[in-house]
Amino acid sequence: MSPSAVVRQGCARGLDLIAVCDHNSAENVEATARAAEDTGLAVIGGMEISSREEVHVLGIFQDDLSLRSAQEVVYENLSGQNDPEIFGEQLVMNERDEVVRHNNRLLIGATALPLEEVVRTIHRFGGLAIAAHVDRPSFSIISQLGFIPAGLGLDAVEVCSDELPAMREDLAVIRSSDAHRPEEIGSRYTSFLVESPTTLEIGMALRRVEGRRTLA
Amino acid sequence: MNLSDIVQKLGLEVRVGQSALGTEVRGGYASDLLSDVIAHGREGDLWVTLQTHMNIAAVASMKDMAGIVLVNGRQPEADTLQKAAAEDVVLLVSTLPAFELVGRLYTMGLSGMRT
Repeated sequence: MSPSAVVRQGCARGLDLIAVCDHNSAENVEATARAAEDTGLAVIGGMEISSREEVHVLGIFQDDLSLRSAQEVVYENLSGQNDPEIFGEQLVMNERDEVVRHNNRLLIGATALPLEEVVRTIHRFGGLAIAAHVDRPSFSIISQLGFIPAGLGLDAVEVCSDELPAMREDLAVIRSSDAHRPEEIGSRYTSFLVESPTTLEIGMALRRVEGRRTLA
Repeated sequence: MNLSDIVQKLGLEVRVGQSALGTEVRGGYASDLLSDVIAHGREGDLWVTLQTHMNIAAVASMKDMAGIVLVNGRQPEADTLQKAAAEDVVLLVSTLPAFELVGRLYTMGLSGMRT
């Protein structure tokens, strides 16, 4: 999953926009965005944050400053050291796919942040909070907590299945690849009707405002 | 046996439900995944878990469980306490880890199986 491989695959699949969301970290977003310059593929940055209850929540942000601020909060609440032999190397690369450094934090771990705090943190920095792979039997809000608590304020839920499950009318649903390997990129996607490929526009589409929306 | 017997014998802290300790306990269930408890929890079970999120109150109420014991000395969150009180769910805390607590409950005669 090097920056150029991700971009290459995204372009090959005809995608207009990808969100790069590593576990509890955002250090490869900038390189991926640089690698995508002049390709027609837009890159927005985010993280897949693991709450204390081990619920995975995607946080997608509008700009670099918001992203870094959110990452700061996640890092402050994440303990443990990575063991490369068990969990693999955690590489930070540049746009030429050169390894810049290793991330030694235990990114596979869970933060100390309760679910509600994860969502609050994402919103504090103007991001979109999307419950990840809710139809999966592990690390989903449903598997971990049984149901979505009232008042959580999610912007959407993400599903993996081919069919959209029955969801509440007030909750937007997206599908994405959750790609962990380049070949998985574009295997599932959501079509949005928006003015431009930005987080703010996606947010408007999820809320169905000013003509922006999700397409079937 | 009822909740009061268990609270006394194992020195549990009662956070919610002091007045409901006469509740009969029919069995035990140990799980930290609420989707699993929704699927397999039974009426009258004492639920052993380290999950402190407020959804545990709704799930325990929904399945008519005798009560919840939080392990490892984990204290319920503020909204969990509120929800438990509102749903009449008994919330207990043990300083023991789950394995040890379940072992002692089993020794007291509480089973995880229903005949």
